[in-house]
Amino acid sequence: MSSRAENIAAATKALHGVSRIRPAEIVFWLAAVAAFFFLPDQYLLLNEVMITGLFALSLDLVLGYGGIVSLGHAAFFGFGCYVAGLLTKYGVADPLLGLVIVAVMTGLLGLLTSFLVLRGSDLTRIMVTLSVGVLLSEIGNRLAWLTGGADGLQGVAPDLLLGRWEFDIFGKVAYAYTLAVTFVLFVIARRFVFSPFGWSVRAVKENALRTSAIGIPVNRRLIVVYSLAAAIAGIAGALLAQTTQFVSLDVLAFHRSADLLLILIIGGTGYLYGGLVGALLFKLVQDAIANLTPEYWEFWIGLILVSIVMIGRERIVGLPAFLLKRLRGVA
Amino acid sequence: MNTALETRNLVRRFGGLVATNDVSITLRQGARHALIGPNGAGKTTLINLLTGVIPPSSGTIMLEGQDITTASRSRRVELGLVRTFQINQLFPGFTPLQTVALAVSRRLGLDRNMFRPIGSNRRVIEEAVDVIERFDLVDVMNANTASLPYGKQRLLEIAVAIACGPRVLLLDEPAAGVPEGERGEIMDGLAALPADVTVLLIEHDMDLVFRFADRISVLVQGGLLLEGTVAEISNDPRVREVYLGDAVHD
Repeated sequence: MSSRAENIAAATKALHGVSRIRPAEIVFWLAAVAAFFFLPDQYLLLNEVMITGLFALSLDLVLGYGGIVSLGHAAFFGFGCYVAGLLTKYGVADPLLGLVIVAVMTGLLGLLTSFLVLRGSDLTRIMVTLSVGVLLSEIGNRLAWLTGGADGLQGVAPDLLLGRWEFDIFGKVAYAYTLAVTFVLFVIARRFVFSPFGWSVRAVKENALRTSAIGIPVNRRLIVVYSLAAAIAGIAGALLAQTTQFVSLDVLAFHRSADLLLILIIGGTGYLYGGLVGALLFKLVQDAIANLTPEYWEFWIGLILVSIVMIGRERIVGLPAFLLKRLRGVA
Repeated sequence: MNTALETRNLVRRFGGLVATNDVSITLRQGARHALIGPNGAGKTTLINLLTGVIPPSSGTIMLEGQDITTASRSRRVELGLVRTFQINQLFPGFTPLQTVALAVSRRLGLDRNMFRPIGSNRRVIEEAVDVIERFDLVDVMNANTASLPYGKQRLLEIAVAIACGPRVLLLDEPAAGVPEGERGEIMDGLAALPADVTVLLIEHDMDLVFRFADRISVLVQGGLLLEGTVAEISNDPRVREVYLGDAVHD
């Protein structure tokens, strides 16, 4: 029988242990910063990967923590993209101010549409989110006078970043900007998921009936996390509009939402890094395969995805450690 | 004698079926009250009415003198009416400590905090450990809930409810499905319930009912057949007939 003080110490340690910053996390972010100094040729690619990673992170909050399967998350990304583009074009050219406005507006769009995902089962949610995505895409197409339609939104020229740095054609400032914004939002998301509120959102995913039985209003939790994720997706979209200085209808396309789910499946859900790692792997694999067989890259992506699902990510990730153990055992 | 929970002429109809028929029960503060009745007697409907899963067709529910007939589910929990489930409703991916800590955070009103880690509040940890110790879950507090022995999961089911700080606790068949060897744990768990918490126990296991309860209500076909002490109920011929069955002889 252990003493009360020991139990409290053990409980404190265990509860803190979950949210402890792990060495791998520090390595990850250091690598992202190192890329800025050592991969100057790849700024455009890095920028794109980081934006996709942030976008996937927002879906992870909804899917990996809230348990809501969405096939229309590009609605928020695309909406944020257009809002940022239009703001820049028609007066509010300061990038950071643009981000704040986009976050608020996309958050509101998330709030408005969140009521749709509260109803029904996973299947209903997939169809409803998909519909919202398609709907927004069509609206973007119809409002060609505003969005530029199929030609895209031209003439998006943001002001200097912090009144000092110009977005250059090599994407140097763009990557630094995207990395900084992503890091800040990641830290916020990380605090969020380990807070009591974050735990209550996970609880909803684990068992909604019990969550309501301990007095937590389930629907309100889902509305908040959905809106928050929408705001982050909007910011990711805004980053794309500001750093590429162009918005095309493609940002609202269905394949963006679908790819995003693939990215999360590749990277894993419910630990926040899945989106960032998945985005990087997805891009690298996509590029590598497209170089080998430009026509059939989708086949190989599909094959890889099926393999991940069949074999299981844990086993793939655990393979090096498993082999190492075997080798040591033999030696 | 303070009244903790009271129903007045509670009725619930499903179409032509009267699932709850004019039920008036009064539980005094600190009571150990059992509700028994054969299958289909309306026990589950009554729990659903009390916890706000479904609204009554007529009648009122009072919690410590306050009318909660139309209160939301989470509001009832806030006011101190908490339930457990006949079939485990736990968070399989959480540890028992995380589960209890979340419930304690909710009770302390910290569950809307989005920025501080759940483990940063000393009171949350202390009260969570209190509950864990009370139900003898210390050894498994950091284990995965899904991997716990069934008896421990049943105990956690009760522990989570206690962590919500109930004034009145509704126990829905706490020993359901627990193997013989782990039943003692459940009895110990029930004995460890705080004395000031009023308990309404719904149970099939008559052994457990007779050992735990001080008063018993018998529900038959949606209505109350009778109410009395353990001795009164166990000797009542009508109860023997409708509930214990004709097969009981002594």
